[in-house]
Order: sequence, then C-alpha cells, then structure tokens
Amino acid sequence: MSDAVKKDKCIIEEHTPWQETTLGGVVTSSGNAQYYKTGGWRAMKPIWKEDQCKQCLLCWPTCPDSSIPIKDKKRQDFDYDHCKGCGVCAKVCPFNAIDFVVEGE
Amino acid sequence: MAIRDKLSGNEAVAVAMRQINPDVVAAFPITPSTEVPQYFSSFVSNGLVDTEFVAVESEHSAMSACIGAQAAGARTMTATSANGMALMWEMLYIAASCRLPIVMSLVTRALSGPINIHNDHSDAMGARDSGWIQLFGESNQEAYDNVIMAVRIGEHKDVQLPVMNCYDGFITSHAVENIELLEDEKVKAFVGEYKPQHYLLNKDEAIAIGPLDIPSYYFEHKRSQAQGMRNAKKVILEVAEEFEKLTGRKYGLFEEYKMDDAERAIVVLGSTAGTAKFVVDQLRAQGEKVGLVKIRVFRPFPAEELAEALSHCKAIAVMDKSDGFNGKGAPVFNEVRSALYDVENKPAIINYIYGLGGRDVRSTDIEKVYSDLAQIVQTGKAEDPYRYLGVVDANDIDVAAEAAATRE
Ligand code: SF4
Ligand code: SF4
Repeated sequence: MSDAVKKDKCIIEEHTPWQETTLGGVVTSSGNAQYYKTGGWRAMKPIWKEDQCKQCLLCWPTCPDSSIPIKDKKRQDFDYDHCKGCGVCAKVCPFNAIDFVVEGE
Repeated sequence: MAIRDKLSGNEAVAVAMRQINPDVVAAFPITPSTEVPQYFSSFVSNGLVDTEFVAVESEHSAMSACIGAQAAGARTMTATSANGMALMWEMLYIAASCRLPIVMSLVTRALSGPINIHNDHSDAMGARDSGWIQLFGESNQEAYDNVIMAVRIGEHKDVQLPVMNCYDGFITSHAVENIELLEDEKVKAFVGEYKPQHYLLNKDEAIAIGPLDIPSYYFEHKRSQAQGMRNAKKVILEVAEEFEKLTGRKYGLFEEYKMDDAERAIVVLGSTAGTAKFVVDQLRAQGEKVGLVKIRVFRPFPAEELAEALSHCKAIAVMDKSDGFNGKGAPVFNEVRSALYDVENKPAIINYIYGLGGRDVRSTDIEKVYSDLAQIVQTGKAEDPYRYLGVVDANDIDVAAEAAATRE
C-alpha cells in the first residue's frame, strides 16, 4: 500500500467536526505514527559524518524513534522529521562518526 | 411463564448476569456488593456460564480489566460499592470517554469517611458526572430488570456508554424479597449478541483505542460523548418498551405515584420510595393530595420531563441521600430545582438530606416531610430550603429527646 493511500484511511484531520470524528478518538488503522512529526521537539541534533562511518550499524537498533533509515544494508542520513535528539546514537557510535550539537547552531 | 422466586438484590443481579452470560467479569470484593461476584464466580466454577472471571487485586484493576476486555470486543460486567468505586475513579472516566458499554452494578454505600459500610448515595452522586448512565432501582425486581436493560442501553449504537445499575446497599442488596425472573432463553434473546463497530481483537481491522488526544481533537470527542448521553434518554425508553412487552413491567425515566392531582410531592431515588409510597397511601386515605416521583434515570437527567410532571404541584421536597457540601443543597435538589427554572408559577421547593451512613428512614420521617410541605403551601413561604431529616440536632427538641431516650 502506498503512503498516500494509507494516509487517507487512517488520518483524522485536526479540528474535524464532532459529528464526523470517531467515537472516543478510535484510530481505525495502524502504522500511522510516521505521520506525526516529532522532530520539532529536538533541542540537540545528531550529525552523521559519513566519511568516518564504518557502517557497523550499532547506532541503528539503539534509536528509540526509528530515525536512522537503512537502505541496502547501509545506514542513511538521519530522519530529522522524527529524530527527537536524545543522543543515544552519538553515545553508542564506536567510531566517533556522530556529532551531537545544539539544534539551530 | 415467568419464574417466581425469592432472592436478595445481590443474588437477583448475579442471576441476571448468569442469564446474560457476559464474556468477561472482573471484580474485587467490597461490602455490600461482594455477593455479586461471589455468586457469579460459583456460576463460573459450576460451568453455568462461559465467562472469563478475572479475580483482580484492586478495584482500579477491576475497572482497568473491564476497559481492556470491552475494548477487545468482549461484553463485560462488574460490581462494586463506595470506596471500591472511588479507587476506580480515573478509570470510570476512561471507560466513558472510550465509549465502552461496560455494565457495573453499584451497590450504593456511604463513601468514607468517617468509615461506614451502610447505605447512602454519596458514592453514586460523586460519580454523577463521570459520563456513566445511572439507573436507580427501588427493589430487587428493579435491580434485576435494570441490569438486563442496561446491556441494551449501553451498547446501542447511538449511545455507546457505560451503565451503572445502582441499588441500595443492605436494604435492597441483602433483603430477600419475592421476584419474578425471566427464563434464561428470554434474557439471552433480549440482550442478543454484542456487536461492537470497532474492537481490538478484530483481525481485519487494526485499530488503536484511547490514544493521546491533543487540544485539536479532545473537545470534539467530549462533545460527541455528551451526545451519546443525550441520545440515551430515547434509547432508555425504547428498551423499556420492549422490556414491558416481554415482562409486563413498565419502566420510564421516573415513576409517578399518585401524582395526577398532587399538590405536594416528594422526589426520591431508590428504596426510600417504598416507604414513601406507604405514607402516600395513608395520607391519600385521609384525603390529602400528596404524590411521589421516584427518579429511575439520574444520568441522563430527565429535566424537561420532570419539570412537566412537577409543574402543577404547590410544594416539592427533594430527598437527597448524600450531602452536596457546596453549602447550598445536595445534588438531586440542585438539578430538580434547575429543571423547574423555566416553569411558570414555579412550585416552592425544599431539600432534605436524609439517611446518611445508613440512618433509618421511617414512615414518620416521610410524614414529617409532607406536613412541612403542607405548612409551606399554607404560608406560601419556603424558608431555609436546605434542610436535614433525622439528624440529631440539639435545636430540634423532638429528635434530640428521642435520641436521649435511646441512650438511656
Ligand atoms: S554506529 Fe557509527 S560507525 Fe556504526 S553505523 Fe552508526 S554512525 Fe556508522
Ligand atoms: S538522537 Fe536519538 S532519536 Fe535522534 S537519531 Fe539519534 S538515537 Fe535516534
């Protein structure tokens, strides 16, 4: 199922009239957390230094927000729409390939 | 043919639950409701029901388990009293806001403190705005009938709210009275099968129940919840009509007893109505124009209907079996009084707090209320409308003297 189709089904738009919303706010499908962007909560930001990265993938399973995408068995740059800036990945990286800086600097 | 039997209120409710055969019952014992899960668990052990009985470790867990089970798609029931329900508090609101039609028998008891296990309505009244439908029964028969109807009311698609089946602790719960039971098959057919629109165990629809509701959503969900409560009035009457066809027993939003030409009326909930009807009969025999209104449905509150029923009276006493502690009258009084606001030539109205913590309510107490009302009709004045009935008061010579006599 494409993201667009999925989105139509499961998202109840904000400020939907009470007559049209679901009873008790039931969300009538699953797998929609991705539509809720949590990146704006970030105070600190991880920076991936690709040249220093050995692709050991130790960072990937430690991210509590699934914000380190993997493609062809290799990590990609951070998904900043969802990364909350907890810094766990930076701490865990054995090759100093993740900087952790103040957001907006 | 209906089955004639003699049962206590608690046993009658447990029998109704056996006949309903819910999917899940989760309960924790507390006086005076304990017998309900106790009788019911024996039905489970004896294989008379298919119910999953969850013996939880507290009432908070009982209501949490009920919420989880009902959300999963199971028809769920429980029972509690007073402090037991107080421990369920946060979950009561969640059951209502998740629109889960759990049916709970509330065997009404004074909410401590001071610690007291006897009957009054402080537990039910405390939960009056938790979003639950509240039905009050006068007798074993009504507790039995109400719990059966509660299933249909709560589960109706226009309502989808939890229902409290309230009846008086000890007075109704433990006294054995004659009762007419329905046959098992008839109850089964009447309640039918529970068919929720959305439920967690539906393998074809992955859903989330009870998600975080941020400010751009919450208000609309509460408004929709309020609509469920409004819709309930009509549904309660429809279910009652169907129930009457089955049993011949008539139920409304409230019962009017000898109200047609009544000039003075008492408004009351629960078992005290029985005592008050006895007094009404006696006074009627002496030619006095007195009547009684017994509220069956307290949530949703039948404001317009009550105003209509009471509008021709000259004076009304609203009896509250719990205080309000707002310094200005107890819950039932305030609501009845507000319901009468738009009535032209409003009757005079007073409030009596009575029977707290199991204080006996005698026919002489009710006689006093009618005679106080007679005085109000005569003088046209209802002074100090926030009153107490049966409290030992040093300034009330009769009551104080009687109390002193008991001490000797
Ligand atoms: S832990 Fe460090 S080196 Fe390993 S994949 Fe992640 S960023 Fe690269
Ligand atoms: S900072 Fe935290 S949330 Fe962001 S990618 Fe690293 S582990 Fe994930």
